[in-house]
Amino acid sequence: MANALSFLTLRRLAVATVIVLAAGYSLAFFAAPEDADQGFIQKIFYLHVPLATVALLGFIVAAGWAILHLRTGDPRYDARSYVSIHISVIFGLAVLITGAIWAKGSWGVWWEWKEPTLVSFLIIFLLYATYYPLRYAIEDRDQQARYSSVFAITAGAFVPLNFLAVRLAQPLIHPRTFSSAGGLPDSMLWPFLVCLVGMAMLWTTLIWFELDAKAARGDLKRIRRALEATA
Amino acid sequence: MTPYAALLRKDLRVELRTLRSLPAMALFAVTTFVIFRFGLDREQLEGDLAAGVLVATLLFAALLAINRLFVAEREEGGFDLVRLAPIDGTVLFAAKASALVIYLVVLELIAVPIFALFFLDSASGLLPLALILLLADIGLAATGTVISTIATMSTARDLLAPLILLPLLVPVVIAAAGAGEHLLASGGPDYGRFGTWLLLLGLYDSVFLLVGYAVFDFLLED
Repeated sequence: MANALSFLTLRRLAVATVIVLAAGYSLAFFAAPEDADQGFIQKIFYLHVPLATVALLGFIVAAGWAILHLRTGDPRYDARSYVSIHISVIFGLAVLITGAIWAKGSWGVWWEWKEPTLVSFLIIFLLYATYYPLRYAIEDRDQQARYSSVFAITAGAFVPLNFLAVRLAQPLIHPRTFSSAGGLPDSMLWPFLVCLVGMAMLWTTLIWFELDAKAARGDLKRIRRALEATA
Repeated sequence: MTPYAALLRKDLRVELRTLRSLPAMALFAVTTFVIFRFGLDREQLEGDLAAGVLVATLLFAALLAINRLFVAEREEGGFDLVRLAPIDGTVLFAAKASALVIYLVVLELIAVPIFALFFLDSASGLLPLALILLLADIGLAATGTVISTIATMSTARDLLAPLILLPLLVPVVIAAAGAGEHLLASGGPDYGRFGTWLLLLGLYDSVFLLVGYAVFDFLLED
């Protein structure tokens, strides 16, 4: 982290995340009006859409870190890329589950193949799920890092292309059941934006925590090895 | 002779002498058509069903070649020789992708007429379909070459390439099957959204050729 951000510690970020998320969901449940068309089930929108947006951005961020890793050869960037994909895959699983619940509540089916956003997300999730068997099938550390970065870049380029392809595959005039954030009234838009920011902060906190934990585990291993050598 | 031509010629010559990939791919495709004949219990296919059977079969047959693409390099030390040679790693990418496109075109020259013979009423949609399949082959070759290199170097080997490639190739399948659905329609070919699918395939090909060109050197580093 840069020096200007030195006041930002993991603990402070975690506390801020809790506050923003609590504020966001209080607004979503108590301030935002109930959807005239869908009723209470529409509240899942404040969970589902921020999760999906942050997960997809996380995949793109992972590709950015993978590019930095290949350019500099610094293994820390590979660790960041790995952890970003890891947390985004977990978010992605939550997106699929909340999406299915919303579809059941709103359309009466658990899964809707005609909804391009849902299908695109599933394909992207399936692709990123293969990151783990790929990473753990390469033994050499440097090679593992480089190949994982190549995967992260390839898959990052795939994310927007896949959305385009799946959308084109739908019949030309398909009713868009989800209106995007642009079509929201202000009373729903603000709670949504607070939830989105909170979710992005949660993602960052989790990444930071995981990276710290990894570094601590690495240090521990090194100290233990040094101890064994002297003993 | 340029390094590109030398590497491509080596691959084609090895394939002609050993015949390891192509006959297996063609046999696989024909057997799969027979399986579909009994699985679907239809003697005629048209529209989306025809396109789906053809594209899925070609995709799985292509995976056979993709899995074998770098086997010789791994087993006979070809990677080390390319690393030692004073050439760019991307030359190997270009040569391997070209070899894969050639294998796929030959496979389609064998499998598509057999498919038409087995299932199609008229062959009028096949010519425009050939253009779609050629663009799909280039996309398959671009992603296939990158992923095949990764899979070859891993301990999981043959397992990994199909696992990663199938989701990665969904846009190609969507475009090829989407175009094929209209081209193989029962009332003769319909060019309704032909341009859209060509554009999508062209975009996919350019994006992944560029990605492959950019990252391939890092796959060869030791």
